Amino acid sequence: MNSLNIVVSGEAGSGIQTVETLLCEIFRRQHYVFSTKEYMSRVRGGANTTTIRISDSRINGFCEKTDILLSLDKKGIERIRERITSNTLIFGDVTETEKNSFSIDFSKIALETGNKVFSNTVATGFILGLLNKDKEIAGSVIGSFFATKGDQVIKGNIEALNKGYLTGQEFRKKLLFEAHIETVKEVERELFINGAEAVGTGAILGGCNFISSYPMTPSTPVFTFLAQHSKDFNIIVEQAEDEISAINMVLGSWYAGGRAMVSTSGGGFALMVESISLSGMIESPVVIHLGQRPGPATGLPTRTEQGDLLFSLFSGHGEFPRVIFAPGDLNESIFLTAKAFNIADKYQIPVFILTDQYLIDTYYNIPEPDFSLFDIEYYYLKGTDPSYRRYKFTDNGISERAIPGNSGFVCLDSDEHDEDGHITEDREIRRKMVEKRNKKIMNIAEIERFEPCFYGHENYEILVLSWGSTKNTVLEAISQIDGARLGYLHFSIIYPLPSNIDNFFRKAKKTIVIENNYTSQFSKLLKMEKGIEVKEKILKYDGHPFSVEQITNALKEKI
Amino acid sequence: MKDLNNAWCPGCGNFGILSSIDKAIDELGIKRENIVMVSGIGQAAKLPHYTNVNFFNGLHGRSIPVATGIKATKPELTVIVVSGDGCIYGEGGNHFIHGIRRNPDITVIVHNNMVYGLTKGQASPTSQIGFRTPIQVCGVFEEPFNAIAVAIALNASFVARCFSADIEKTKEIIKLAIKHKGFSFVEILQPCVTFNKVNTYAWFKERTYYLDSGYSTDDRIKAFETSLEKDRISLGILYTGFQRKTFEQNLEDCGIVYPVIRRKSNIKNDLLKSLKKNHSK
Repeated sequence: MNSLNIVVSGEAGSGIQTVETLLCEIFRRQHYVFSTKEYMSRVRGGANTTTIRISDSRINGFCEKTDILLSLDKKGIERIRERITSNTLIFGDVTETEKNSFSIDFSKIALETGNKVFSNTVATGFILGLLNKDKEIAGSVIGSFFATKGDQVIKGNIEALNKGYLTGQEFRKKLLFEAHIETVKEVERELFINGAEAVGTGAILGGCNFISSYPMTPSTPVFTFLAQHSKDFNIIVEQAEDEISAINMVLGSWYAGGRAMVSTSGGGFALMVESISLSGMIESPVVIHLGQRPGPATGLPTRTEQGDLLFSLFSGHGEFPRVIFAPGDLNESIFLTAKAFNIADKYQIPVFILTDQYLIDTYYNIPEPDFSLFDIEYYYLKGTDPSYRRYKFTDNGISERAIPGNSGFVCLDSDEHDEDGHITEDREIRRKMVEKRNKKIMNIAEIERFEPCFYGHENYEILVLSWGSTKNTVLEAISQIDGARLGYLHFSIIYPLPSNIDNFFRKAKKTIVIENNYTSQFSKLLKMEKGIEVKEKILKYDGHPFSVEQITNALKEKI
Repeated sequence: MKDLNNAWCPGCGNFGILSSIDKAIDELGIKRENIVMVSGIGQAAKLPHYTNVNFFNGLHGRSIPVATGIKATKPELTVIVVSGDGCIYGEGGNHFIHGIRRNPDITVIVHNNMVYGLTKGQASPTSQIGFRTPIQVCGVFEEPFNAIAVAIALNASFVARCFSADIEKTKEIIKLAIKHKGFSFVEILQPCVTFNKVNTYAWFKERTYYLDSGYSTDDRIKAFETSLEKDRISLGILYTGFQRKTFEQNLEDCGIVYPVIRRKSNIKNDLLKSLKKNHSK
């Protein structure tokens, strides 16, 4: 396996996004590409970086190692100081005091083509020249990227690309630079998407036809994705005045027969919590995409953390059931989000999709997903008669859910209610209603075949655990550790926990959990639900995702 | 309807309002199975339990968003919000403002008794200055919320005020409100016989008057001026006639095709195609 890590660094609004998009679009037609970004909470300025990793095999972990730093402003080196080694090549707006750093004025080169605005394309061309890449693919990507801007702009950009390319070639020869990344034919047909697009795709696949939300980083891109596709897939999209309104519109939509969701983050979700409890009481399905970011309060708005697992588990006053998914990769993001709609509808409960900024903003190629693996399931009644009772007592606690508009009235109340949905304080009914609501998911783990994913050594001595977005990075780290028998158990179904996981722990001499939070929330859940104690913990809570190097080193220390 | 034990006090203005709403629905000939009432918390919010309709009795203050979601998803339903001044103006004030801006085709009936009944007699957003309660021991000092003026300022598409004791006239106004396409706001003044000893039946009778036939309901400035009257309280339709597109019409103009409830075709191929198209942007 060969891979090359390119870090692009620049201010917000300076065109860093153009460079990253062009490079990814060009590379992804020839290689496996992984890209993730970290950015500051501001519209312009600051210092943002995107890591683009190209490889000849499918690896999607986040690596800190920096082979090439393309710095579009003076702050690049300082920004990623800890990721620069003696082998890192640095190009762009630098003073050349650093080892292996080369000052290149992309704007000046762009001016030679007649316009300074082409400097980002010059920088793109430079990287392609340095890597000795095929220019034809680049030309076609530029053509479609600037298609709406007219022929003049396309021509100018192609010229700028060529100029940059020549400069890159000069450096390649001067530095005797060679990147041994084989071209991979299959990737051309693959998709190149990020976590937000995967969750949005899953929602459409799951039959979502209504989304109301309030913009909040990092959850907004899912909302945007559905808005962008609203005409093609007949999705009602409304930006609400606040998160409370958003989730109440969504509950109204489910009541009227919609399949609705909200997309939100920390503080926005906190506002929705009373309505989560409402969904528990009225037994309404609801799908919540919760894009985690570091709290408390406003925290680090644009950064990542796995800090809201227990918050989502306990959100809402009173006792009622729920299901929590935390996809580990893009494929799971698609299929678990789709599944969330079926589960919510079937059990009439809130279902959470827990992602985080890292997963949402991370792109890589995936083979075309096989959408035929999923079917939308509708569970509500098509018609009712006057004897219809919304909360009829049943063996499994699930009563048939009807939509208003038929001869049986559909009556819901946030107060405790009788089988008809009318307010009651009858003690017997109260007791039976509590039992009815809570037993709905009693055997859900068996019925729905909830299972963790196991990787690694069959006869492991050490069991590594993680959940949600850390999956690919942990997988890669484990593959780099020799001489220890490691097993890895990844959980994307967080609650209720899969039933037979005890067996996995019995075999292990040592268990290590990896979480992007301070209090090790997942191990608390394991203890609470299964009585399993995990003593060894690798935790990170600086707002940044784990890297392969960090996990590898931390695991080596623990084993 | 089940024979429920009604939770309202004898003599409560809610009985008159219930009667007006019931008569309005019957006279309009709307099938009750196609009506959804959405309410929040408070004595007014219990109204749907005492009539025959579908209902969603949700959280305090949140009826307007729920009603918006219902109407947008299934526009053939007649959606009526019924709740009190504390629920709609206090807890749900932000939704009242933005609901008017959004203009879904729903009717919003607000019982205004200028006091909190269910929590036993604290001030409401519409309580008058000086109104004393166990909490507001020095009397209310906040400016009362003038919902009619706010609605006109926001260019609400239908703004009316009624008095609960006048069941006939209230019924007629509710009929017009339900028929009106867009956000129809009807405030119903209502005495609270238990906790409000100031704003009684007599107090309302003395101060209220009906707008006469010479009043033009499409004059926004005049309507605003009328809504600000201090010594007397106007009843009737204060402002309407300004045709605004409803939320659902705007959704349709944006490409939404009803019914949205069930997808017609297999979307899987389209979804794959659209994900591939994304790349070439």
